[in-house]
Amino acid sequence: MSRRFVILLLPLLSFWPAFGADVHIPAQIEFNRDVRPILSDNCFSCHGPDAAHRKAKLRLDVREAALAKEAFLPGKPAESELIARIRSSDEDEIMPPPDSHKKLSARDKAVLARWIAQGAEYQNHWAYEPPVKALLPAGANPIDALIARRLTEVGMKPSPEADRRTLIRRLRSDLHGLPPTPAEVAAFENDRAPDAYTRLVERLLASPHYGERMALGWLDLVRFADTIGYHSDNPRNVWPYRDWVIASFNANKRFDRFTLEQIAGDLLPDASVETRVGSAFNRLLLSTEEGGAQPKDYEARMVADRVRAIGTAWLGQTTGCAQCHDHKFDPITQRDFYALGAFFTDVKEASVGRREEGMLVTTPEQDARLAQLDAAVTAARRAVADRGGEIDVAQTEWETESGGATQGAPRDVATALKKEKATRTAKEKSAVRDHFRTQVSTVARAELDALAAAERTRKEFADSLLHCLVTEALPASQRRTVRLLPRGNWMDESGEVMKPAVPGYLPQPRLDGREPTRLDLARWLVSRENPLTARAFVNRLWKQFFGTALSRVPSDLGAQGETPLNGPLLDWLTCEFMDRGWDVKHVVRTMVASATYRQISLAPPAQLAADADNREFARQGRFRVEAELVRDAALAAGGLLSPHIGGPSVKPYQPARYWEMLNFPARDYATEQGEAQYRRGLYVWWQRSFLHPSLLAFDAPNREECVAERNRSNLPQQALVLLNDPTYVEAARGLATRILAEGAGTTEARLTFAWSRALQRAPRAAEARIATALLDAHLRAYRADVPAVDALLATGDSPVPVGLDREARAELAAWTHVARVLLNLHEFITRD
Amino acid sequence: MNPHSSDHPLCSDHGGEHPTVLDLPHVPLGLKREWLDLETRRHFLGQGVKALGWAGLATLLGRSAPNLLANSPIPGAPAFLPHYAPKAKRAIYLFMAGSPSQFETWDYKPALADLFDKDLPESVRGGQTLTGMTASQTRFPIAPSIYKFARHGKAGRFISELFPYTAKVSDELCVIKSLHTDAINHEPAILQLTTGNMFPGRPSIGSWLSYGLGAMNEELPTFVVMTSKMPHRTNVQALSNRLWSSGFLSPEHAAVALRSGSDPVLYLNNPKGVESDVRRAMIDGVNDLNRQLFERVGDPEINARISQYEMAFRMQTSVPELTDFSNEPQSTWDLYGPKAKEPGTFAYNCLMARRLAERGVRFTQIFLRSWDQHSNLPKNIKLMAEDSDQPTYALVTDLKRRGLLDDTVVIWGGEFGRTVYSQGTLTPTNYGRDHHPRCFSMWMAGGGVKPGMSYGETDDFSYNIVKDPMHIRDLHATILHLFGLDHSKLSFKFQGLDQKLTGVLPSKVINDLLA
Repeated sequence: MSRRFVILLLPLLSFWPAFGADVHIPAQIEFNRDVRPILSDNCFSCHGPDAAHRKAKLRLDVREAALAKEAFLPGKPAESELIARIRSSDEDEIMPPPDSHKKLSARDKAVLARWIAQGAEYQNHWAYEPPVKALLPAGANPIDALIARRLTEVGMKPSPEADRRTLIRRLRSDLHGLPPTPAEVAAFENDRAPDAYTRLVERLLASPHYGERMALGWLDLVRFADTIGYHSDNPRNVWPYRDWVIASFNANKRFDRFTLEQIAGDLLPDASVETRVGSAFNRLLLSTEEGGAQPKDYEARMVADRVRAIGTAWLGQTTGCAQCHDHKFDPITQRDFYALGAFFTDVKEASVGRREEGMLVTTPEQDARLAQLDAAVTAARRAVADRGGEIDVAQTEWETESGGATQGAPRDVATALKKEKATRTAKEKSAVRDHFRTQVSTVARAELDALAAAERTRKEFADSLLHCLVTEALPASQRRTVRLLPRGNWMDESGEVMKPAVPGYLPQPRLDGREPTRLDLARWLVSRENPLTARAFVNRLWKQFFGTALSRVPSDLGAQGETPLNGPLLDWLTCEFMDRGWDVKHVVRTMVASATYRQISLAPPAQLAADADNREFARQGRFRVEAELVRDAALAAGGLLSPHIGGPSVKPYQPARYWEMLNFPARDYATEQGEAQYRRGLYVWWQRSFLHPSLLAFDAPNREECVAERNRSNLPQQALVLLNDPTYVEAARGLATRILAEGAGTTEARLTFAWSRALQRAPRAAEARIATALLDAHLRAYRADVPAVDALLATGDSPVPVGLDREARAELAAWTHVARVLLNLHEFITRD
Repeated sequence: MNPHSSDHPLCSDHGGEHPTVLDLPHVPLGLKREWLDLETRRHFLGQGVKALGWAGLATLLGRSAPNLLANSPIPGAPAFLPHYAPKAKRAIYLFMAGSPSQFETWDYKPALADLFDKDLPESVRGGQTLTGMTASQTRFPIAPSIYKFARHGKAGRFISELFPYTAKVSDELCVIKSLHTDAINHEPAILQLTTGNMFPGRPSIGSWLSYGLGAMNEELPTFVVMTSKMPHRTNVQALSNRLWSSGFLSPEHAAVALRSGSDPVLYLNNPKGVESDVRRAMIDGVNDLNRQLFERVGDPEINARISQYEMAFRMQTSVPELTDFSNEPQSTWDLYGPKAKEPGTFAYNCLMARRLAERGVRFTQIFLRSWDQHSNLPKNIKLMAEDSDQPTYALVTDLKRRGLLDDTVVIWGGEFGRTVYSQGTLTPTNYGRDHHPRCFSMWMAGGGVKPGMSYGETDDFSYNIVKDPMHIRDLHATILHLFGLDHSKLSFKFQGLDQKLTGVLPSKVINDLLA
């Protein structure tokens, strides 16, 4: 329903129930599309899968069970109990009962009646059925063919293709998360070859920025963050995992392999440093260091956290409900929940306390270097050992001569020296020996110095290497047990100890009686029989490229999600993804190659009225880009963006004292210097309890939970960020500097340059007038106010061009404001 | 079509069944007018953007079309008409993070004086889970309060000598001694009190009120949070955004943190070298250009963006006015004390809370940390009381003399209680207390709460509740009730469930507390 429609309705709200009857009811009722949502919303809570809370022993989610209790008589609505109950005016009879606060609309009642009249047929829930690949005419783009089929059914027409500038902006945003350069736009606009578009797509897919863009959504999904989350919210080492995600997308790693490495990268037959870094996935959950924390409490939280992650990221199922009871709407039981959790009992993870440093993450070159340095240390030790006898003699002499005189010796050595040799502890002996060898001995000085140098070099190199929390499997004897927790209560240990198993309502893996492992779980998730993983993935992908998912709630393909309006399309993409060996780039390519993708995003009024939310895809979506990409676009326009890919998280400018509520310990925020200040938003330090406020303002999630879909809000805080965050002021100054340096001398030419940098188009006459007036006003003001010029230009670390005279600096300040206006435009942060 | 996504402009659980406020008996005429006014504003919103409250406006325009209905049943309006005639319009929640001991404050236990250093009977403890901090103690020696109590007010309530000022408004307070919670550690306990759930991701009380009732002003946020400077820094609790986040509700319902100092709202200040006329010219430039775009493409999101820039501009004017205390008369400083002039102190924040209440901010939450006295309790609790007693009294008094207390509920308390036995060494002058979830004390005042009342009783050890237990869920249900909201109906669909502040376990409004 359109926003406009809703607004028109407002005065009518009190008449809503009557109004509801006017809404169109399909001639042929489809259970999944029309009936299940009504039953799920209003009835399943008491008459659904959750046996513990079922009323009157009646369940309506299974046809046979409903028929057995004579809930309805197929074909005879007038004689059906269900219809009598929903139409009753008797408080004791009516369903849903008044105290449930649920109520059926007139339309709901009419749908149910027609459904029973037509025979009350059920369908299995769509998402649990194997996907079926529609047969399509040869030659047609399958997406376009299936969209066209659906549009014909609903009487709509697709939109024309967008212009070249829009297309390259769209592709760059969707595939790289960056705006195109003016030169790129011009080249594409002038490329009249028939394969110009295809070549552009291939070029963009081959760029390493593709992996960065794809990583954005995945990092939300697995709740990647630099800190542990709870209480002290201290840092932990996980950023190599982000590089692994980027590299995996860039290498077009098969999605099934991508899955295996994350869930069981340590258990793979060909496990390597790379696959183990992928297994950091299992460590991305929240943890605590709080002093009084109960280990059992946090152990239970971690089990639940891991189950929810698998549910959201792979299965597209909301499993969280089943932590306390059988799911009310979906067939997932509480047993399923804890059995899924039992797959992870071998993941080495302290339930409370500081996370460990993690595994050393090295390249083969680094391994070689380390081996070389180890060899050097060994050789140096050998050289010292060869003269060990001489050195020891010299040490005895020195001790005797000095007679306990300890000048210059560290305190522990001095203390030891005062004691009789025979009474010294092993530690004291070694302290004296080390002191003598490193500081005193004149015997074998060259060998001793060489050893110290070799050891120092090795340590410095080893310290420069990276660490990452990874999955390490506990031996069978040390594995945790997972009990079914009644009502999710960790203090109740009466529940059964669970064995690992995949949810019972889904096709089961073949195990031949063996107890399944994490690796089995991962393999099952990406098995051809599992109907959910591929569906959930392509559904999310569709949202990335069209703005709205095919099944509207990407985190929930269950009963409370949405039956896709275009089921055949979602099924086709699901099958194609698996048929092509879980080839992510292939599906991406297929989507962006379609005419559906290339449509304009403007809707004629009639289409807008019929489909305000663009659920039918008779046009492209238009939406504000993600928080990180807002930052990237500004830095790119200002010529400040670092092109560097990967690496540790960075700390850009942040308001003072924003972290002052962190404790254990209290923390300072050390703002980056130099290039690190201008890295892409993807690399910004992710402090869960205090996410960077400019990212937060644009709906970046704190990543405490797995997120399949971000909000897209439009709030005043966003205006404040774009207006006043020094990052954006500095980016505007950067853009102004380029306008003055690279734009030809006239204001008109400079505006053309500015617009092309920021919006990849020329300004319209009216826009140029507005900008010129603004520029003139600012210029007048700044010519008269040198301190204001100095203050404005001092925002940000990047240097102001040297040698500018007073007039040039005033110009730069005035143009900075024109640039700020551009960076604040809706168009600047909108992908259309 | 899917009934819970697009068919129903109302929440599926509330398919238009509730009567409007106009149909309710006993609703004051003024309130009915307010709702009529709101209806009118909704109507305007259909035709063009008019100024409306921060939240209201954001609710209308605050998200892209696909998310619009997913997040709020009615654009431009609060999600729920009040279910009852509300008593409270605003709340000020003084959150004593770390948890003050009930023994030295509100739960007078004279009998303990004779039990100094005696062991707590095992029968009282009854297998209670202990934190890792005292689980290994071999003894649980009873520590009576070192502070004396005296009767105050018409009701003759016993109040600790730590609160000489608050004692003066004893007859305004409703003290609850029988609160209990499920959590034994700070993080889960604070989360449960602020969001109703020990796990992260749920909306906080203020967000629920913003979602349920909308905004009352046009230039300030609906939900404001402030954190206070501490008089000392031992056992300071960590706080996080999640205590005032909107969780699964739309982000416009999250609190805006009002900071002390020169940058009270993040990114509110102009860049250096930008005067306010430049700022206006800039925003005009942005909006003019955005209007040009709107004329070409007609996307309503663009108009929303224009409104947000106007709102941002208004905030840039209204927040400095808010934080400028120069127009406060001497009587204010006499009342709140000299510390109220120092930005960021608890006293300053209390005065700010009154100013926010005057300007129609619905929910203000002030955190004061470092009540977590595991050791050196006598010394440190005194420092905390000295810092907060006068401003607390001043706030209640100030609200009352301005006629605001009738519809502003003030809430004071921590996240759990503390143990009767000493953590660490007990001496006649020094002891500590560990966390204790089974009972703790809070108070409420104003906003339809029964003044002068005491509710609930604990045993002689303030270890177990012997009369009228009140779970945190009941507290939440009662707060919502004061605002005219039924906790069992104020819901939001998330992950397929009608989520509520009070969750799924039983919870009830404590009618005895209502005036």
